[in-house]
Amino acid sequence: MLRFVVRRLLLLIPILLGVSVLVFFWIRGLPGGPAAALLGERATAEDVAAIEHQYGLDQPIYVQYGKYVKQLATLNFGASSTSRQPVTTEFRQRFPATIELAFAAGLFALVVGIPLGFVAAKRYQGVVDHTSLVVSLIGISTPIFFLALILKYVFSVRLGWLPSVGRMSVLIDIPHPTNFYLLDAILARNWEAFVDVSKHLILPAIALGSIPLAIIARITRASVLDVQNEDYVRTAQAKGLAPRAIDVRHVLRNAMLPIATIIGLQVGLLLSGAVLTETVFAFPGIGSWLVDAIKARNYPVIQGGVLFVAIIVVFVNLLVDVSYGVLNPRIRLSK
Amino acid sequence: MSVAQLEAREVQFEQGGGGLWADAWLRLRRNPGAIVGFVIIGCIIIIAIFAPLIAPYEPREQNLSLIKEGCCPGPTRDHLFGVDELGRDEFSRVVYGARYSLLIGVVSVTVGFLLGSILGAIAGFAGGATDSVIMRVTDIWLTIPGFLMAIGIVAMLGPGLFQIMIAIGIINVPLFARLLRGAVLAQRENDFVLAARAVGVPRRSILGSHILPNAISPVIVAATLALATAIIDAAGLGFLGLGPQDPSTPEWGTMLTNTVRFLQTAPHLAIIPGVAIVITAISINLIGDGLREALDPKLRSR
Repeated sequence: MLRFVVRRLLLLIPILLGVSVLVFFWIRGLPGGPAAALLGERATAEDVAAIEHQYGLDQPIYVQYGKYVKQLATLNFGASSTSRQPVTTEFRQRFPATIELAFAAGLFALVVGIPLGFVAAKRYQGVVDHTSLVVSLIGISTPIFFLALILKYVFSVRLGWLPSVGRMSVLIDIPHPTNFYLLDAILARNWEAFVDVSKHLILPAIALGSIPLAIIARITRASVLDVQNEDYVRTAQAKGLAPRAIDVRHVLRNAMLPIATIIGLQVGLLLSGAVLTETVFAFPGIGSWLVDAIKARNYPVIQGGVLFVAIIVVFVNLLVDVSYGVLNPRIRLSK
Repeated sequence: MSVAQLEAREVQFEQGGGGLWADAWLRLRRNPGAIVGFVIIGCIIIIAIFAPLIAPYEPREQNLSLIKEGCCPGPTRDHLFGVDELGRDEFSRVVYGARYSLLIGVVSVTVGFLLGSILGAIAGFAGGATDSVIMRVTDIWLTIPGFLMAIGIVAMLGPGLFQIMIAIGIINVPLFARLLRGAVLAQRENDFVLAARAVGVPRRSILGSHILPNAISPVIVAATLALATAIIDAAGLGFLGLGPQDPSTPEWGTMLTNTVRFLQTAPHLAIIPGVAIVITAISINLIGDGLREALDPKLRSR
């Protein structure tokens, strides 16, 4: 197990180097440059040259890449070319927002999706089953930003139940040691703030969780239907095990394998969807940060941000692979 | 449903006996979901083709005199779906929008399908170092979430319809490459391939006439489902303002961009293009699911 994890962690290095090369050269293919974006349209050639010299952009591209990798090795991701703050500082502010949002969305998808799929399979061809199929069909067919707009219209504009923008109302002030606002509220023992932050999370989380919810419900249903007809389930029934125990110990546990794979794949989807959700709800996370950076040709932020995102995706996939072993001892991890 | 009933159904399916495609077509026609999907998408295609005949107004025709205080009157008898912030007829715009969404979807999936299939077929058939290199590249490709990558590609190429198609095509490449590689690998070891090799059929025609036709069905299912995703993603890029450079283009995603501002006064502007996207995606997904069930023998009983 340990050897497997170490091996996978070592495999991270070539993948991340690959991503860094890809992103580095791709960014240099972007039209315009940070100098033009910073100085605006009236920049003279001399001004542009001065800025490019300042950031080392006038050197050959392999020299630039070499310098960049040397920086990366010391965990220095450079400074944002618009705010001049270190990329890591901005990341520390933005990252918790997206993680909080993605976590809430994932939780919503799991808590609704797995039971829905499970009940649908148990009541195969029944009302719940047909409802779950229709719900998941609509779920995967609805653009996140459209659902976000509709939720915002119904629950913020019409009913006024929930806030429509941001992470927290401006009237509440608490210290932010972690930048995970829910955690910050708990640390400050400010329950009013906790409720307020939760309220700000509900609509974005539902919008972002809708597609994963649909996919998880589908996979759970198909997987439970498969497992239900296995010999070991029949054996368990034959030896008189209580139906509830069969469901938990045999059916659900074995059905979890494909579900775990799918959850791993959803992480990329959640991070992609975060861009649109954060745009509709003016939520200051990684998605809106990267989109702004691309618009401003903010090289260091794009490079660093995409690398961070890639690290998250690879790391979650590693977790999923490890969880296979926990869920299914038949899979040998040390191959 | 009892086991006996299931088996009876299976036997009934097996009676087709007209080869994979004839069987699949038979099963597809018995799938109510797929029929509904075909009917809806058929209507949308007809609307797209005959848009100039169906739309009562020009999609870019402005009538600012219709804009009263606040914004954008809702549905009336003259304007079925109301008018937008520039006094353009929303119904006509949605009708013309079908053209853009279908075009973007089909072109981008074709781009991804062609590039990905070529890469995947090469990787699966060549094996060895070529296979390893292609697969490691797709690994890296897949670590960057698709939609983010699409935004990045559009940023590089500049906003526009054509650029959206390329971007969404490119993010679909690894999906098709992996699928086709897997399918080719599974087919490569089959006896009929060995037989063909034994009688001296050239490598290229083994790939073309023995392996690909047998490996293609999961790819076709994936392509159909990818079409729905492509239309949704394209609308997302349009929504972010990365779509057609002429903002008056009636592309569904682009039409939704400004609606956030008018959500309070004119919710119909957000609802109508959005519902159009949802209906299109649902119908394509229904067809995709039907195709999957029709082409995958393991799913037949379900």
